[in-house]
Amino acid sequence: MTVTKTETLPVRSGDDVVRVRQRVRALAVEIGLGLVDQTKIITAASELARNTLDYGGGGDVCMEIVQAAMRKGLRLTFEDHGPGIADIEQAMTDHYTSGGGLGLGLGGAKRLSNEFHIESTPGSGTRVTIARWK
Amino acid sequence: MKTDGAEVLSKTVTQDEAAILDAWNAALREGTSLQSGRIREAELQTQVKAVFGQIRDALASGGLDADAAGFASLRETLADISRSRAIQGFTPTDTANFVFSLKEPIFDALKRMLDGDATALAAGVWAAGKVLDRLGLQTMEVFLASREEVIGRQGQEIAELSTPVVRLWDGILALPLIGTLDSARTGVVMENLLQAIVDEEAEIAIIDITGVPTVDTLVAQHLLKTVAAARLMGADCIVSGIRPQIAQTMVHLGVELNVVSKATLADAFAVALKRTGRKVVRQQAPAEERR
Ligand SMILES: Nc1ncnc2c1ncn2[C@@H]1O[C@H](COP(=O)(O)OP(=O)(O)OP(=O)(O)O)[C@@H](O)[C@H]1O
Ligand SMILES: [Mg+2]
Repeated sequence: MTVTKTETLPVRSGDDVVRVRQRVRALAVEIGLGLVDQTKIITAASELARNTLDYGGGGDVCMEIVQAAMRKGLRLTFEDHGPGIADIEQAMTDHYTSGGGLGLGLGGAKRLSNEFHIESTPGSGTRVTIARWK
Repeated sequence: MKTDGAEVLSKTVTQDEAAILDAWNAALREGTSLQSGRIREAELQTQVKAVFGQIRDALASGGLDADAAGFASLRETLADISRSRAIQGFTPTDTANFVFSLKEPIFDALKRMLDGDATALAAGVWAAGKVLDRLGLQTMEVFLASREEVIGRQGQEIAELSTPVVRLWDGILALPLIGTLDSARTGVVMENLLQAIVDEEAEIAIIDITGVPTVDTLVAQHLLKTVAAARLMGADCIVSGIRPQIAQTMVHLGVELNVVSKATLADAFAVALKRTGRKVVRQQAPAEERR
Protein backbone atom coordinates (compact mmCIF):
# COMPACT_ATOMS: atom_id res chain seq x y z
CA MET A 1 0.00 0.00 0.00
CA THR A 2 1.36 3.41 -0.91
CA VAL A 3 0.43 6.89 0.14
CA THR A 4 0.06 9.16 -2.90
CA LYS A 5 -0.93 12.39 -1.20
CA THR A 6 -0.73 13.75 2.32
CA GLU A 7 -1.99 16.92 3.88
CA THR A 8 -2.47 18.08 7.45
CA LEU A 9 -5.02 20.53 8.78
CA PRO A 10 -5.40 21.98 12.27
CA VAL A 11 -8.53 21.27 14.29
CA ARG A 12 -8.62 24.12 16.75
CA SER A 13 -11.92 25.91 16.17
CA GLY A 14 -15.40 25.43 14.86
CA ASP A 15 -14.29 27.00 11.58
CA ASP A 16 -11.55 24.39 11.32
CA VAL A 17 -14.19 21.65 11.54
CA VAL A 18 -15.98 23.22 8.57
CA ARG A 19 -12.70 23.38 6.63
CA VAL A 20 -11.93 19.74 7.42
CA ARG A 21 -15.29 18.71 5.99
CA GLN A 22 -14.66 20.77 2.85
CA ARG A 23 -11.19 19.27 2.31
CA VAL A 24 -12.44 15.73 2.92
CA ARG A 25 -15.16 16.34 0.37
CA ALA A 26 -12.61 17.53 -2.19
CA LEU A 27 -10.33 14.52 -1.61
CA ALA A 28 -13.26 12.09 -1.68
CA VAL A 29 -14.26 13.52 -5.06
CA GLU A 30 -10.65 13.29 -6.22
CA ILE A 31 -10.46 9.53 -5.62
CA GLY A 32 -13.83 9.06 -7.27
CA LEU A 33 -16.05 8.17 -4.34
CA GLY A 34 -19.77 8.23 -5.11
CA LEU A 35 -22.16 10.63 -3.45
CA VAL A 36 -23.19 8.22 -0.70
CA ASP A 37 -19.61 7.26 0.20
CA GLN A 38 -18.54 10.91 0.09
CA THR A 39 -21.30 11.81 2.51
CA LYS A 40 -20.35 8.93 4.80
CA ILE A 41 -16.69 9.86 5.13
CA ILE A 42 -17.44 13.57 5.43
CA THR A 43 -19.89 12.89 8.23
CA ALA A 44 -17.46 10.54 10.01
CA ALA A 45 -14.73 13.18 9.68
CA SER A 46 -17.09 15.79 11.10
CA GLU A 47 -17.71 13.60 14.18
CA LEU A 48 -14.05 12.91 14.82
CA ALA A 49 -12.99 16.49 14.21
CA ARG A 50 -15.54 17.71 16.71
CA ASN A 51 -14.40 15.15 19.30
CA THR A 52 -10.81 16.28 18.75
CA LEU A 53 -11.90 19.84 19.35
CA ASP A 54 -14.36 19.36 22.21
CA TYR A 55 -12.75 16.57 24.21
CA GLY A 56 -9.15 16.52 23.00
CA GLY A 57 -8.70 20.27 23.37
CA GLY A 58 -7.79 20.61 19.70
CA GLY A 59 -5.36 18.74 17.49
CA ASP A 60 -4.63 17.90 13.89
CA VAL A 61 -5.98 15.77 11.13
CA CYS A 62 -3.73 14.06 8.62
CA MET A 63 -5.46 13.24 5.35
CA GLU A 64 -3.97 10.70 2.98
CA ILE A 65 -4.90 9.28 -0.35
CA VAL A 66 -3.77 5.66 -0.33
CA GLN A 67 -3.40 3.17 -3.14
CA ALA A 68 -3.54 -0.57 -2.55
CA ALA A 69 -3.54 -3.05 -5.42
CA MET A 70 -6.33 -1.74 -7.65
CA ARG A 71 -8.11 0.35 -5.04
CA LYS A 72 -7.84 3.92 -3.94
CA GLY A 73 -8.84 5.07 -0.52
CA LEU A 74 -9.02 8.04 1.78
CA ARG A 75 -7.44 7.67 5.19
CA LEU A 76 -7.91 10.23 7.95
CA THR A 77 -6.02 10.32 11.23
CA PHE A 78 -7.23 12.60 14.01
CA GLU A 79 -4.77 13.20 16.77
CA ASP A 80 -4.86 15.23 19.94
CA HIS A 81 -2.83 15.54 23.10
CA GLY A 82 -5.79 15.93 25.40
CA PRO A 83 -6.86 13.91 28.43
CA GLY A 84 -7.30 10.66 26.49
CA ILE A 85 -10.03 8.08 27.02
CA ALA A 86 -9.80 5.79 30.04
CA ASP A 87 -12.46 3.32 28.94
CA ILE A 88 -12.55 3.01 25.17
CA GLU A 89 -15.25 0.37 25.17
CA GLN A 90 -17.54 2.66 27.12
CA ALA A 91 -16.74 5.63 24.82
CA MET A 92 -17.60 3.49 21.79
CA THR A 93 -20.95 2.48 23.26
CA ASP A 94 -23.86 4.14 21.51
CA HIS A 95 -25.51 6.87 23.55
CA TYR A 96 -22.62 7.13 25.98
CA THR A 97 -21.58 10.77 26.28
CA SER A 98 -19.64 12.71 28.85
CA GLY A 99 -20.41 16.05 27.27
CA GLY A 100 -24.15 16.26 26.70
CA GLY A 101 -24.02 14.99 23.12
CA LEU A 102 -26.00 12.16 21.59
CA GLY A 103 -23.12 9.78 22.24
CA LEU A 104 -23.26 8.50 18.68
CA GLY A 105 -20.16 10.08 17.17
CA LEU A 106 -17.55 7.38 17.70
CA GLY A 107 -19.87 4.42 17.00
CA GLY A 108 -21.31 6.30 14.02
CA ALA A 109 -17.86 7.10 12.60
CA LYS A 110 -16.99 3.40 12.85
CA ARG A 111 -20.16 2.33 11.04
CA LEU A 112 -19.62 4.97 8.35
CA SER A 113 -16.07 3.80 7.57
CA ASN A 114 -14.50 0.68 6.10
CA GLU A 115 -11.70 0.79 8.62
CA PHE A 116 -11.67 2.21 12.10
CA HIS A 117 -8.92 2.25 14.65
CA ILE A 118 -8.73 4.06 17.97
CA GLU A 119 -5.90 4.29 20.44
CA SER A 120 -5.79 6.46 23.49
CA THR A 121 -3.56 6.90 26.49
CA PRO A 122 -5.09 8.60 29.50
CA GLY A 123 -3.12 11.72 30.20
CA SER A 124 -1.42 11.94 26.83
CA GLY A 125 -3.95 11.91 24.04
CA THR A 126 -6.09 10.13 21.48
CA ARG A 127 -5.62 9.01 17.91
CA VAL A 128 -8.45 7.81 15.69
CA THR A 129 -7.88 6.55 12.15
CA ILE A 130 -10.58 5.84 9.62
CA ALA A 131 -10.47 4.86 5.96
CA ARG A 132 -12.99 4.59 3.19
CA TRP A 133 -12.16 2.62 0.04
CA LYS A 134 -13.51 3.11 -3.42
CA MET B 1 25.31 72.90 16.99
CA LYS B 2 22.64 70.23 17.32
CA THR B 3 19.71 70.67 14.97
CA ASP B 4 16.25 69.98 16.37
CA GLY B 5 14.34 68.07 13.66
CA ALA B 6 11.02 68.75 15.30
CA GLU B 7 11.58 72.46 15.22
CA VAL B 8 12.77 72.48 11.63
CA LEU B 9 9.78 70.41 10.58
CA SER B 10 7.29 72.55 12.45
CA LYS B 11 8.69 75.72 10.95
CA THR B 12 8.65 74.34 7.43
CA VAL B 13 5.12 73.06 7.67
CA THR B 14 3.91 76.40 8.98
CA GLN B 15 5.73 78.59 6.49
CA ASP B 16 5.27 76.51 3.35
CA GLU B 17 1.69 75.47 4.01
CA ALA B 18 0.19 76.48 0.68
CA ALA B 19 2.75 74.66 -1.46
CA ILE B 20 2.61 71.50 0.65
CA LEU B 21 -1.18 71.44 0.51
CA ASP B 22 -1.14 71.83 -3.27
CA ALA B 23 1.35 69.00 -3.70
CA TRP B 24 -0.52 66.75 -1.28
CA ASN B 25 -3.80 67.34 -3.11
CA ALA B 26 -2.09 66.60 -6.40
CA ALA B 27 -0.63 63.35 -5.06
CA LEU B 28 -4.03 62.26 -3.78
CA ARG B 29 -5.63 63.15 -7.11
CA GLU B 30 -3.19 60.79 -8.80
CA GLY B 31 -3.95 58.01 -6.32
CA THR B 32 -6.77 55.58 -6.84
CA SER B 33 -9.05 56.88 -4.09
CA LEU B 34 -10.77 59.39 -6.34
CA GLN B 35 -10.77 57.16 -9.39
CA SER B 36 -12.61 54.50 -7.45
CA GLY B 37 -15.44 57.03 -7.09
CA ARG B 38 -15.80 56.23 -3.41
CA ILE B 39 -15.12 59.79 -2.39
CA ARG B 40 -15.68 63.18 -4.07
CA GLU B 41 -12.81 65.56 -4.61
CA ALA B 42 -14.43 68.29 -2.52
CA GLU B 43 -14.79 65.91 0.42
CA LEU B 44 -11.20 64.76 0.08
CA GLN B 45 -9.98 68.36 0.03
CA THR B 46 -11.91 69.18 3.17
CA GLN B 47 -10.27 66.23 4.91
CA VAL B 48 -6.85 67.29 3.64
CA LYS B 49 -7.32 70.81 5.01
CA ALA B 50 -8.56 69.63 8.39
CA VAL B 51 -5.81 67.04 8.84
CA PHE B 52 -3.06 69.37 7.68
CA GLY B 53 -4.15 72.10 10.07
CA GLN B 54 -4.08 69.68 12.96
CA ILE B 55 -0.67 68.29 11.99
CA ARG B 56 0.69 71.82 11.91
CA ASP B 57 -0.77 72.61 15.33
CA ALA B 58 0.39 69.32 16.82
CA LEU B 59 3.93 69.87 15.59
CA ALA B 60 3.88 73.43 16.89
CA SER B 61 2.92 72.15 20.33
CA GLY B 62 6.30 70.42 20.30
CA GLY B 63 7.48 66.85 20.12
CA LEU B 64 7.34 64.11 17.51
CA ASP B 65 5.50 61.53 19.55
CA ALA B 66 2.29 60.92 17.62
CA ASP B 67 0.93 59.04 20.63
CA ALA B 68 1.30 62.09 22.89
CA ALA B 69 -1.47 64.37 24.12
CA GLY B 70 -0.60 67.16 21.66
CA PHE B 71 -1.65 64.85 18.80
CA ALA B 72 -4.93 63.76 20.39
CA SER B 73 -7.33 65.74 18.21
CA LEU B 74 -5.37 64.84 15.06
CA ARG B 75 -5.58 61.17 16.00
CA GLU B 76 -9.33 61.52 16.43
CA THR B 77 -9.79 63.14 13.04
CA LEU B 78 -7.66 60.48 11.34
CA ALA B 79 -9.56 57.73 13.15
CA ASP B 80 -12.87 59.18 11.91
CA ILE B 81 -11.52 59.29 8.38
CA SER B 82 -10.24 55.70 8.45
CA ARG B 83 -13.45 54.46 9.95
CA SER B 84 -15.46 56.00 7.14
CA ARG B 85 -12.92 54.63 4.62
CA ALA B 86 -13.43 51.14 6.02
CA ILE B 87 -17.19 51.43 5.77
CA GLN B 88 -17.02 52.89 2.25
CA GLY B 89 -14.94 49.91 1.15
CA PHE B 90 -11.59 51.61 0.46
CA THR B 91 -8.58 49.36 0.01
CA PRO B 92 -5.95 49.34 2.78
CA THR B 93 -3.49 50.90 0.31
CA ASP B 94 -5.75 53.84 -0.48
CA THR B 95 -6.38 54.38 3.20
CA ALA B 96 -2.72 54.25 4.20
CA ASN B 97 -1.76 56.46 1.26
CA PHE B 98 -3.89 59.26 2.56
CA VAL B 99 -1.22 59.89 5.20
CA PHE B 100 1.82 58.50 3.40
CA SER B 101 1.31 60.67 0.33
CA LEU B 102 2.00 63.68 2.53
CA LYS B 103 5.62 62.54 2.91
CA GLU B 104 6.94 63.66 -0.44
CA PRO B 105 5.39 67.16 -0.32
CA ILE B 106 6.90 67.69 3.13
CA PHE B 107 10.30 66.33 2.09
CA ASP B 108 10.26 68.69 -0.91
CA ALA B 109 9.33 71.61 1.29
CA LEU B 110 12.17 70.78 3.68
CA LYS B 111 14.58 70.73 0.75
CA ARG B 112 13.40 74.13 -0.42
CA MET B 113 13.61 75.54 3.07
CA LEU B 114 16.95 74.07 4.10
CA ASP B 115 18.76 74.31 0.80
CA GLY B 116 22.42 73.63 1.54
CA ASP B 117 22.11 72.76 5.21
CA ALA B 118 22.48 68.98 4.98
CA THR B 119 22.44 68.39 8.73
CA ALA B 120 19.23 70.30 9.26
CA LEU B 121 17.67 68.66 6.23
CA ALA B 122 18.49 65.18 7.47
CA ALA B 123 17.09 66.00 10.90
CA GLY B 124 13.90 67.41 9.38
CA VAL B 125 13.40 64.44 7.06
CA TRP B 126 13.94 62.02 9.92
CA ALA B 127 11.43 63.91 12.07
CA ALA B 128 8.82 63.98 9.30
CA GLY B 129 9.31 60.25 8.65
CA LYS B 130 8.89 59.41 12.30
CA VAL B 131 5.66 61.34 12.73
CA LEU B 132 4.03 60.35 9.44
CA ASP B 133 4.93 56.65 9.77
CA ARG B 134 3.36 56.50 13.20
CA LEU B 135 0.26 58.38 12.01
CA GLY B 136 0.01 55.99 9.05
CA LEU B 137 0.14 52.99 11.35
CA GLN B 138 -2.49 54.46 13.64
CA THR B 139 -4.68 55.00 10.59
CA MET B 140 -4.29 51.36 9.57
CA GLU B 141 -5.05 50.10 13.05
CA VAL B 142 -8.35 51.94 13.11
CA PHE B 143 -9.07 50.86 9.54
CA LEU B 144 -8.55 47.19 10.35
CA ALA B 145 -10.54 47.35 13.58
CA SER B 146 -13.40 48.96 11.67
CA ARG B 147 -13.22 46.31 8.93
CA GLU B 148 -13.45 43.63 11.56
CA GLU B 149 -16.46 45.35 13.07
CA VAL B 150 -18.10 45.51 9.65
CA ILE B 151 -17.36 41.84 8.97
CA GLY B 152 -18.62 40.79 12.38
CA ARG B 153 -21.85 42.69 11.85
CA GLN B 154 -22.29 41.21 8.38
CA GLY B 155 -21.82 37.73 9.83
CA GLN B 156 -24.60 38.40 12.30
CA GLU B 157 -26.82 39.83 9.60
CA ILE B 158 -26.24 36.78 7.42
CA ALA B 159 -27.06 34.50 10.34
CA GLU B 160 -30.37 36.25 10.74
CA LEU B 161 -31.07 36.74 7.07
CA SER B 162 -30.38 33.16 6.11
CA THR B 163 -32.85 31.74 8.57
CA PRO B 164 -36.16 33.19 7.51
CA VAL B 165 -39.36 31.65 8.76
CA VAL B 166 -41.89 31.57 5.95
CA ARG B 167 -45.64 31.49 6.46
CA LEU B 168 -47.04 29.06 3.91
CA TRP B 169 -50.65 29.16 5.03
CA ASP B 170 -52.70 29.98 8.12
CA GLY B 171 -51.03 28.02 10.88
CA ILE B 172 -48.38 26.45 8.65
CA LEU B 173 -44.78 27.68 8.79
CA ALA B 174 -41.72 26.63 6.86
CA LEU B 175 -38.10 26.99 7.91
CA PRO B 176 -35.77 26.39 4.97
CA LEU B 177 -32.31 25.77 6.39
CA ILE B 178 -29.33 26.51 4.16
CA GLY B 179 -25.66 25.96 4.91
CA THR B 180 -23.66 24.88 7.89
CA LEU B 181 -25.57 24.71 11.14
CA ASP B 182 -23.04 25.80 13.71
CA SER B 183 -24.18 26.41 17.24
CA ALA B 184 -24.34 30.19 16.94
CA ARG B 185 -26.58 30.10 13.89
CA THR B 186 -28.73 27.31 15.25
CA GLY B 187 -29.57 29.41 18.28
CA VAL B 188 -30.89 32.16 16.01
CA VAL B 189 -32.82 29.64 13.92
CA MET B 190 -34.52 28.13 16.91
CA GLU B 191 -35.45 31.49 18.42
CA ASN B 192 -36.89 32.75 15.12
CA LEU B 193 -38.96 29.62 14.66
CA LEU B 194 -40.37 29.59 18.19
CA GLN B 195 -41.21 33.30 17.98
CA ALA B 196 -42.94 32.78 14.65
CA ILE B 197 -44.90 29.83 16.07
CA VAL B 198 -46.20 32.11 18.82
CA ASP B 199 -46.88 35.06 16.48
CA GLU B 200 -48.69 33.00 13.86
CA GLU B 201 -50.33 30.59 16.29
CA ALA B 202 -48.90 27.91 14.05
CA GLU B 203 -49.95 24.29 14.30
CA ILE B 204 -47.34 22.88 11.97
CA ALA B 205 -43.75 23.85 11.27
CA ILE B 206 -41.92 22.34 8.31
CA ILE B 207 -38.14 22.25 8.71
CA ASP B 208 -36.57 21.82 5.29
CA ILE B 209 -32.96 20.63 5.27
CA THR B 210 -32.44 20.38 1.50
CA GLY B 211 -29.71 23.03 1.80
CA VAL B 212 -27.83 21.49 4.72
CA PRO B 213 -24.72 19.76 3.35
CA THR B 214 -23.90 17.51 6.30
CA VAL B 215 -26.11 16.09 9.02
CA ASP B 216 -23.86 14.86 11.80
CA THR B 217 -24.77 14.18 15.43
CA LEU B 218 -24.47 17.86 16.33
CA VAL B 219 -26.87 18.96 13.59
CA ALA B 220 -29.18 16.09 14.51
CA GLN B 221 -29.14 17.17 18.13
CA HIS B 222 -29.99 20.75 17.13
CA LEU B 223 -32.90 19.47 15.05
CA LEU B 224 -34.13 17.29 17.90
CA LYS B 225 -34.01 20.20 20.31
CA THR B 226 -35.86 22.47 17.88
CA VAL B 227 -38.57 19.86 17.33
CA ALA B 228 -38.98 19.33 21.08
CA ALA B 229 -39.19 23.06 21.76
CA ALA B 230 -41.74 23.57 18.96
CA ARG B 231 -43.81 20.77 20.43
CA LEU B 232 -43.87 22.55 23.77
CA MET B 233 -45.20 25.63 21.99
CA GLY B 234 -48.02 23.52 20.58
CA ALA B 235 -46.71 23.00 17.06
CA ASP B 236 -45.82 19.73 15.34
CA CYS B 237 -42.77 19.60 13.10
CA ILE B 238 -42.30 17.90 9.78
CA VAL B 239 -38.75 17.53 8.47
CA SER B 240 -38.42 17.64 4.70
CA GLY B 241 -35.60 17.54 2.19
CA ILE B 242 -33.64 14.64 3.66
CA ARG B 243 -31.68 13.55 0.58
CA PRO B 244 -31.06 9.81 0.08
CA GLN B 245 -27.37 9.96 0.95
CA ILE B 246 -28.18 11.91 4.11
CA ALA B 247 -30.86 9.40 5.06
CA GLN B 248 -28.37 6.52 4.72
CA THR B 249 -25.76 8.36 6.74
CA MET B 250 -28.24 9.10 9.51
CA VAL B 251 -29.12 5.41 9.71
CA HIS B 252 -25.44 4.50 10.12
CA LEU B 253 -24.97 7.19 12.73
CA GLY B 254 -27.93 5.73 14.60
CA VAL B 255 -29.75 9.04 14.72
CA GLU B 256 -33.54 8.94 14.93
CA LEU B 257 -35.43 12.17 14.59
CA ASN B 258 -38.79 10.67 15.60
CA VAL B 259 -40.75 13.12 13.50
CA VAL B 260 -42.75 12.82 10.33
CA SER B 261 -40.40 13.32 7.44
CA LYS B 262 -41.09 13.87 3.77
CA ALA B 263 -38.82 13.87 0.75
CA THR B 264 -39.72 17.34 -0.43
CA LEU B 265 -41.11 20.55 0.96
CA ALA B 266 -44.11 20.14 -1.38
CA ASP B 267 -44.92 16.71 0.10
CA ALA B 268 -44.57 18.10 3.60
CA PHE B 269 -46.89 21.01 2.72
CA ALA B 270 -49.50 18.58 1.41
CA VAL B 271 -49.39 16.65 4.68
CA ALA B 272 -49.64 19.87 6.65
CA LEU B 273 -52.70 21.01 4.70
CA LYS B 274 -54.38 17.67 5.21
CA ARG B 275 -53.66 17.65 8.92
CA THR B 276 -55.17 21.09 9.31
CA GLY B 277 -58.32 19.92 7.58
CA ARG B 278 -57.69 21.31 4.11
CA LYS B 279 -57.61 19.74 0.73
CA VAL B 280 -56.09 20.87 -2.54
CA VAL B 281 -58.26 19.96 -5.53
CA ARG B 282 -57.83 20.53 -9.23
CA GLN B 283 -60.26 23.08 -10.63
CA GLN B 284 -62.65 22.21 -13.41
CA ALA B 285 -60.58 22.81 -16.55
CA PRO B 286 -60.54 26.63 -16.93
CA ALA B 287 -62.09 28.37 -19.93
CA GLU B 288 -58.88 29.17 -21.78
CA GLU B 289 -57.67 25.62 -21.67
CA ARG B 290 -60.84 24.32 -23.26
CA ARG B 291 -60.47 26.45 -26.37
N1 LIG C 1 -10.58 12.83 21.37
C1 LIG C 1 -11.17 12.51 22.54
N2 LIG C 1 -10.51 12.77 23.71
C2 LIG C 1 -11.11 12.45 24.90
N3 LIG C 1 -12.31 11.90 25.03
C3 LIG C 1 -13.01 11.62 23.90
C4 LIG C 1 -12.48 11.90 22.60
N4 LIG C 1 -13.38 11.50 21.68
C5 LIG C 1 -14.41 11.01 22.36
N5 LIG C 1 -14.22 11.05 23.70
C6 LIG C 1 -15.12 10.57 24.76
O1 LIG C 1 -15.97 9.61 24.20
C7 LIG C 1 -17.33 9.96 24.41
C8 LIG C 1 -18.18 9.47 23.27
O2 LIG C 1 -17.87 10.18 22.07
P1 LIG C 1 -18.95 10.29 20.93
O3 LIG C 1 -18.39 11.09 19.82
O4 LIG C 1 -19.42 8.91 20.61
O5 LIG C 1 -20.16 11.02 21.63
P2 LIG C 1 -20.29 12.59 21.99
O6 LIG C 1 -19.21 13.37 21.33
O7 LIG C 1 -20.38 12.69 23.47
O8 LIG C 1 -21.69 12.97 21.35
P3 LIG C 1 -21.98 13.13 19.78
O9 LIG C 1 -20.72 12.84 19.05
O10 LIG C 1 -23.05 12.15 19.48
O11 LIG C 1 -22.45 14.53 19.58
C9 LIG C 1 -17.31 11.45 24.56
O12 LIG C 1 -18.43 11.93 25.30
C10 LIG C 1 -15.99 11.66 25.32
O13 LIG C 1 -16.16 11.40 26.68
MG1 LIG D 1 -18.75 13.20 19.33
